[in-house]
Amino acid sequence: MVCQECGVRPATLHFTKIVNGEKTEFHICENCAREKGELIPGTSGGFSIHSLLSGLLDLEGASKGKSAAEAKPQDVRCEECGMTYGQFSKLGRFGCSSCYKYFDKGLDPLFKRVHGSTSHVGKIPKRIGAQIQFKRQIDELKEQLQEAIMQEEFESAAELRDQIRKLEKEIAQE
Amino acid sequence: MPDLRFTEQALSEWMRSGGSHSEIVISSRVRIARNIQHHPFPLLATKNQADEVLDVLAPVVDQNQDAGYGTFELVKLDELEELDKKVLVEKHLISPNLVNDSRSGAVLLNEEESVSIMINEEDHLRIQCLFPGFQVREAWERATAIDDIFEESVDYAFDDRRGYLTSCPTNVGTGLRASVMMHLPALVMTKQIGRILSAVNQVGLTARGIYGEGSEAAGNIFQISNQITLGQTEAEIIDNLHGVAIQIIDHERNARQRLLDDSALRITDRIMRSYGILSYAAVMELKEASQRLSDVRLGVDLGILKAPSISVLNELNVKTQPGFLQKMFGEKLSSAECDMYRAKLFRDTLGITH
Repeated sequence: MVCQECGVRPATLHFTKIVNGEKTEFHICENCAREKGELIPGTSGGFSIHSLLSGLLDLEGASKGKSAAEAKPQDVRCEECGMTYGQFSKLGRFGCSSCYKYFDKGLDPLFKRVHGSTSHVGKIPKRIGAQIQFKRQIDELKEQLQEAIMQEEFESAAELRDQIRKLEKEIAQE
Repeated sequence: MPDLRFTEQALSEWMRSGGSHSEIVISSRVRIARNIQHHPFPLLATKNQADEVLDVLAPVVDQNQDAGYGTFELVKLDELEELDKKVLVEKHLISPNLVNDSRSGAVLLNEEESVSIMINEEDHLRIQCLFPGFQVREAWERATAIDDIFEESVDYAFDDRRGYLTSCPTNVGTGLRASVMMHLPALVMTKQIGRILSAVNQVGLTARGIYGEGSEAAGNIFQISNQITLGQTEAEIIDNLHGVAIQIIDHERNARQRLLDDSALRITDRIMRSYGILSYAAVMELKEASQRLSDVRLGVDLGILKAPSISVLNELNVKTQPGFLQKMFGEKLSSAECDMYRAKLFRDTLGITH
């Protein structure tokens, strides 16, 4: 089927909108969907960036077959808001901030596709920032510790271990 | 009853002054998305839960009225007439999303309308700063300072690995969307625009038209914004947008110069005709109006036209949108009547009034 927007490329996104019992079908290619961005004329917001994302999420599952389905089953549920992974992949939006925790396994490939990256390196809220800075520091020291052990530099390993303990103690006290 | 001055004046205070590169960059906008911890996102929130969010966020601004960002006023969406909502969207002060999909949606606006803080949009909190001309860094500095004020008393949903947690996966991380609105008629006329926009896409930015349907750029106005919010620092995102915008400004300037060098008479004729049509037409469709306004704006920038001022053009751009026309000339205007009143507005402002 040819894309109904450009009439050139094959349509890869298909969706149906039902308003007052009236059914309208849309068949468009990914290029046009991306160009149209938030809105396809005539659908009054029925087609959004979220439907596109949901396309990406389904694609993930489909392309990787069984193993992907096992890694992020559709019925994994966020215990805070009750949203399932299946609902998330349909809506393209999270229900609450805890969804990030419960759906974590399925998120890396999505974030890679959308952002080319999976971890935040930007601003940190000041109030909770100290804790996070500590944690980042500890993670770094642990890596150095592993490295030191591998190199059999036991003296500096011991030093690193003490530094880590000290930081962990400080966190516990906060 | 909310104060209606936000919807009665077409021009926000900020639109009157220029900012740098204002012959090409109309405005710079920064928006940051934030959410409160342990509250369902607006998508799932009940009316009560949405009200709670409003009760937490709205007082923060009240308690910080002296922080130097102007006096803010809270406007609740359900207290507004439909038409006033439409006008706020046309002025870019709120998003269509806040009008259509929001429970207990509200916006905090400062006097000069350069800061608009949306509550219960797609995310609990969206801080938007809108500055004239090319001031994307300044807009970011203002937005992050306001963010800091909220952060002092609000527990944000934040994760050390994913950053600020947002409703949509496309905003996670910094929650930052920075954009510049640019008038690029010469790049469109010389058919270079396609090449430039696809180059923009390759560096993690995206370009789209404003006021147009879908991606169509009405009046040669394009909005360039960052697409990536995760894995880059805010400074990198802003610098990237800044750098690319400067390049586009250079290209547009060169294209304008080339048009003047190679076809001055043709370009002058086109600008004069558009000015004439805007000043004397009896019927004016929105699409034609955008194109003619673009020509006149170019004419003023190139010094071919001595008047009107850019601020008058900005004002006309907003005033001739459907919501504003309805507000001025009657709520139930048909589209033919809109075209007639739009023409009248242009004649009254630019032409001879009789």
